[in-house]
Amino acid sequence: MSASAPIPPSVVDAAALPNRASAMRRLLRNPVAVSCIVYLLAVIAFGLLAPWLAPVGPNVTDLKAINAQPSAAHLLGADATGRDILSRLMWGTQETLLACVIILVVSVSLGVTAGLIAGYYRGRFETVADFVSDVIISMPGVLLLIALYSLTGPNIPVAMAVFGVIVSPSFFRLVRGIVVGVRNELYVDAAKVVGLSDIRIVGRHVLWAVRGPVIISSAFILAAGIGIEAGVDFLGLGNPTQPSWGSVLQQSFNNIYNNPVSVVWPALIISLTVLALVLLGNVLTDVLQTSVRVRRASRRELARLVAEHADDEPTGGALPPPAHDVRLAVRGVRIGYPDGQGGVRTVVHGVDLDVRRGEIHGLVGESGSGKSQIAFSTLGILPPEAVILGGHVLLDGEDLLADPARMQAARGRRIAYVPQEPMSNLDPSFTIGAQLMRGLRSATSMSKAEARTHLLGLLARVGISDPVRVFRSYPHEISGGMAQRVLICGAVAADPDVIIADEPTTALDVTVQAEVLELLRGLRDERGLSMILVTHNLGVVADICDVVSVMRGGRIVEHQDVDVLFDRPREAYTRELLASSRRVEIEEVA
Amino acid sequence: MLVALVKKLARAVGVLLIVTFVTFSLMYGNGPGIARAVLGLQATQADVQREVVRLGLDQPLFVQYGRWLGGVLTGDLGTSFFTGQRVSDALATRIPVTLSLVLITLVLTVILSVLLGVTAAVYGGWVDRVVQFLAVLGAAIPSYIIAIVLIFALALTLRIFPATGYTSPDQSFVGWVSSITLPVVALLVGSIAGAASQIRSAVADVLGRDYVRTLRARGVPEREIIFVHVLRNAGGPGLIVLGLQTIYLIGGAVVIELVFALPGMGELTNTSAQQGDVPLVMGVVLVIVLIVLIVNLLSDLAGAALNPKARKA
Repeated sequence: MSASAPIPPSVVDAAALPNRASAMRRLLRNPVAVSCIVYLLAVIAFGLLAPWLAPVGPNVTDLKAINAQPSAAHLLGADATGRDILSRLMWGTQETLLACVIILVVSVSLGVTAGLIAGYYRGRFETVADFVSDVIISMPGVLLLIALYSLTGPNIPVAMAVFGVIVSPSFFRLVRGIVVGVRNELYVDAAKVVGLSDIRIVGRHVLWAVRGPVIISSAFILAAGIGIEAGVDFLGLGNPTQPSWGSVLQQSFNNIYNNPVSVVWPALIISLTVLALVLLGNVLTDVLQTSVRVRRASRRELARLVAEHADDEPTGGALPPPAHDVRLAVRGVRIGYPDGQGGVRTVVHGVDLDVRRGEIHGLVGESGSGKSQIAFSTLGILPPEAVILGGHVLLDGEDLLADPARMQAARGRRIAYVPQEPMSNLDPSFTIGAQLMRGLRSATSMSKAEARTHLLGLLARVGISDPVRVFRSYPHEISGGMAQRVLICGAVAADPDVIIADEPTTALDVTVQAEVLELLRGLRDERGLSMILVTHNLGVVADICDVVSVMRGGRIVEHQDVDVLFDRPREAYTRELLASSRRVEIEEVA
Repeated sequence: MLVALVKKLARAVGVLLIVTFVTFSLMYGNGPGIARAVLGLQATQADVQREVVRLGLDQPLFVQYGRWLGGVLTGDLGTSFFTGQRVSDALATRIPVTLSLVLITLVLTVILSVLLGVTAAVYGGWVDRVVQFLAVLGAAIPSYIIAIVLIFALALTLRIFPATGYTSPDQSFVGWVSSITLPVVALLVGSIAGAASQIRSAVADVLGRDYVRTLRARGVPEREIIFVHVLRNAGGPGLIVLGLQTIYLIGGAVVIELVFALPGMGELTNTSAQQGDVPLVMGVVLVIVLIVLIVNLLSDLAGAALNPKARKA
């Protein structure tokens, strides 16, 4: 819901399922990706065309050219026995290419197959495969490769096959995880109902889901593989008669006193190739798994965005300046998110809102209408990517948005927050008591003992029957309904004037919902609290709110007393909302 | 807790048996080859045959493995086929070299990668971009190439450090430090790159959690949120990262030792594997797997200690 996914849904939709054509196009529009691909293709050509393009054979020695510096005859110079380094690197590329093919074939066929089977059928196979993969992962692979030298001898293909086995768990874990997820999704169920065989389901749906992540990991695994292949040759475990990047590096390194420049070429081609693969893998990750995460704007970008959008929708002025009985006033608040192309996508367009003393103000609308964004902005707890484009949040006439220090001082003391998901809003590593104490003692100057007594009393007040036990418990030891009471206790602990409750009952059982609403109403009556209650549930609104603002597409479209709203809704959209919620109720009854 | 610990120990013993058996069986079957390598090219066929029997290489695989395992259980790792040196003595001189290399690098990795990762996640901006760029670069350049660059720049050109070789701390502490500095740095680059970026994402993940937002809303100062709540919750994933990093480090140390000619386990593995010196190879594998298992066990235990769910279970 809106609280757990503070990113505007339109951004998520656009990014969630990139289709193949657009992914390819975006890849080719990325300069880093294009340079990497061009470089890697050049390396492949460099190796495959060695028989035709290489100046000489890999082992041709030229006694006149011993330790030659780069020249027209030997573009990259020659080694200690007068062999042309360029030619040796070109021929050596063939071994690298072969190694890449072997590593990929072995690791993908082992890892992906095992992952598909384990993820799709689960059961005993998964247990065994999991154990095997754990064993392999916890071994230092390089050491085993060296230890196996006594078996394989100077045989790079076999060593690379072993390396393929060593890295296969990363494919296994990746694929298994994805398949377990996909398996439970609707389209696989649907395919089963239609009567497709397991093999066709796996082929058609599951393979489709794993292809992107597998391609990405392949880039990283090949990067590691090339490093290892060259490393094994560099250690002298390769076939000495066959040229390779690693053996050229080794021979140049042993000859470093006589011809230091010759070390540069093999080191360069190894590093650049690995770098190209790693960079390509990173770009692929961005393109294929377009992260739902929106990048945080830098301070300079932030200033620019705010300046650019300063006059977009000047403060509406739909409401007059706040009257004296208004506790919290929102004026012309506009919130946006960077769209990743230097612009901003506005999700809240100039909202005005007044909350009077002792009033429970409902803020309703569909998910994505911007209600939670407003709630977060009044507390200064918007996600870090959010950009506040303008507007004011006035608490008793003081503008909190204008001054972060003032906001920090008000948070918890004068304006407090009751979140939506009770469980995810308690820190799992600390006892309930510890986290409540930390909040209360940050907000007030109470001593430890005072704070503890105060909180235990308050826990009892919010309906917890055994406050001392709950105080000592960890969040996983209490129920969701209790957790929500704890969070309400945390919100009212420092005796604030305003509570922002973001869907406080959505995650709870129906019976607990009513109790929590009753608790909020009781606290309002006792303490004269003002409250913004964000919800999409019109039943909750009817039950507890005094005034309602209806939001749609980041704007408030209707603002009414609750009775008027239900009797004579002014806007067509409000009527639609009311009608659809009645439909749901009727269906639930039927 | 105790049950979980016993289970983990049982699992560790299982892993140890499997890995040593697999290694043993991979080296099995080349008895005459090894015997010839021990005796030299002049040895007669009969001599070779006698040597095979003497070394016990004519026995079936399970008998040989069982004999080795029995020896291990009584504290006898056997003697080298080639030098006749006791394996435990050979290891005793090699382990400190490798272990000091790994431990020093590990401690520096922990300090620096936690510092970098947390800073990158909390401040974002240019620190974040620098850390991510270094992570790519450090992951991309193999440690032996970094080692070559270091040798070239600092040892051959500037002559600040010895290019290769090892001085034991008993002989000269300063000499030891300077002989181990370049290997440590060569290992450190990749190790920090890997760890810092993962610690960064672990911290960023916790920073995005709902409870962090709720703590902010209660007025808890940002510094307290980061140092108490975020670090505590990122600690579990961070430990897993560092545990894996230790395993990579052991593998990396083997290679780096060879580049810098340090007389550690890597060098021992390399020569003994090339000769087919089964007892020595098995000794090294045993020690390394033991170290890896201990590291895993410690990081599991520390992770459980951080997680109240596991602690009470």
